[in-house]
Amino acid sequence: MSDVYIIGAGETKFGELWERSLRELAVEAGLKAIENAGIFSRDIQVLYGSNSLAGIINGQENIGALISDFSGIAENHIPAIRVEASTASGGAAVRQASLAIKSGEYDVVMVGGVEKMTDVYGSEIIDLTSSVLDREWEAFFGATPASLAAITARKYMADFGVDKEALAMMSVNDHLNASKNPDAQFKNKISVEQAMGATPVAEPLNLMDCSPVSDGAAAILLASEKYVKKNKIDGIRIASSADAQDYLAVHSRKSLYALDSARIAGKSALEKAHVKLDDISFAELHDSYSIYGLIELEELGFAEKGHAKDLVFDDIKLGGRIPVNPSGGLKAKGNPFGATGVGQFVEAYRQLKNKCGERQVKGAKYALLHSMAGTGSMSVVHIVGGE
Amino acid sequence: MGEVSRFWRESVHRYRLMGNQCGNCKRIFFPPRDVCPICHRESIGKMKDYTLSGNGTIESFSVVHDVPPAFTRQRPYIIAIIRLDDGPSVTGQIVDSDPGEVEMGKRVTSVFRRVAQEGESGIIEYGYKFVLA
Ligand SMILES: [Zn+2]
Repeated sequence: MSDVYIIGAGETKFGELWERSLRELAVEAGLKAIENAGIFSRDIQVLYGSNSLAGIINGQENIGALISDFSGIAENHIPAIRVEASTASGGAAVRQASLAIKSGEYDVVMVGGVEKMTDVYGSEIIDLTSSVLDREWEAFFGATPASLAAITARKYMADFGVDKEALAMMSVNDHLNASKNPDAQFKNKISVEQAMGATPVAEPLNLMDCSPVSDGAAAILLASEKYVKKNKIDGIRIASSADAQDYLAVHSRKSLYALDSARIAGKSALEKAHVKLDDISFAELHDSYSIYGLIELEELGFAEKGHAKDLVFDDIKLGGRIPVNPSGGLKAKGNPFGATGVGQFVEAYRQLKNKCGERQVKGAKYALLHSMAGTGSMSVVHIVGGE
Repeated sequence: MGEVSRFWRESVHRYRLMGNQCGNCKRIFFPPRDVCPICHRESIGKMKDYTLSGNGTIESFSVVHDVPPAFTRQRPYIIAIIRLDDGPSVTGQIVDSDPGEVEMGKRVTSVFRRVAQEGESGIIEYGYKFVLA
């Protein structure tokens, strides 16, 4: 089977982009990726679109056709398919695209992720994003994504004796890194006091524990080994990918703070890549809520259960033992659902090409990228880098 | 999300806390499932209705401030995951208590209440909530 390489990457700024439409965002990211790769749009053989909520937020389905049409490639008549796996759509789309190349069917594939979340009024977005939960047995009763993360956080902190300060440190780190990322939604650094004293959203979580409502798009181009050799392209290798599923609702899982999907996908991805955790230069984690960042560090193997608190004060910083979210993460780079996971690849590509300036992870060789659906019903883990 | 038929379909389970039991391994599920996730095909056709007692223990909870439109009138409310004595855990609100009284590990029992209202004159949804026992 062919190795798969990232040969180009591009993204829009993430944020509340009131004046930009769903299609404009998608096209901007796609064109940036094509230009970055130095190829022609006619070279693309299939398009995978990643999107979570356009049907209910924007009233727009058929996202594959929308992106390919307005990227100007309708006359190429290539297949264009949308991948939906809730907030893990991005990671899932990249994995499907990689498999399409590995199958031998295609040599050049585009993955474009997009979400336009600010097109609804007020608290309506809380109802719409609750569609990533079990609508009938969680959201119906008033559970929201934030409140389920909060339920997890309360139990986790009590059982392992973890202070709220440890959760706050995830957000402090995200904001610090995002302040060095021109594409990030938030450029302001925050103190641990600010992170702990923010307005409550779903206690014990507050505004600084929660990823924002974001608009944005991200795109990457993937190519086969044959294609990069023939065209002498210096691509970044996708060493492995894996995904795993879990129960949809938190109340059905074996524990309120187990993220089995992350544990299983992470272990499988490392094994397939023949890479050890010690080889990982940095991780981009799906910290839609601060608590998930801590639990993911544990489930992925960077810390023992209940001990992520030992990493979050120092080790996760740029220059630390295992830098986490050099991009700014979901909290501060932003979380435009369908674009979030693809955006992790944009960051990885730039980091592994040593093009991240102030937020560059020195000597970055391997990245671990974790994309997660909802409260943990699915995880996709990719290892990127290496020869 | 006010599609009447969808929620009406589930109302019998929601009104009476009716789950089901796998005839093969005897595990109890709520909400009811057509297939036991442990026994798979061995369970097909053997899932029997089972009405839960409604008594349980608070596993964890959150006081929710940022709420969806249908819950605006209840803001802030307490959402919890309750471990029922019969086995399964459920997600539901804890009502009739101050947030200060609610703690992990406390005993609760189910009550039948209005859950949500779509707009000022919209559809009213009913179902279970929990009160401290
Ligand atoms: Zn069974």
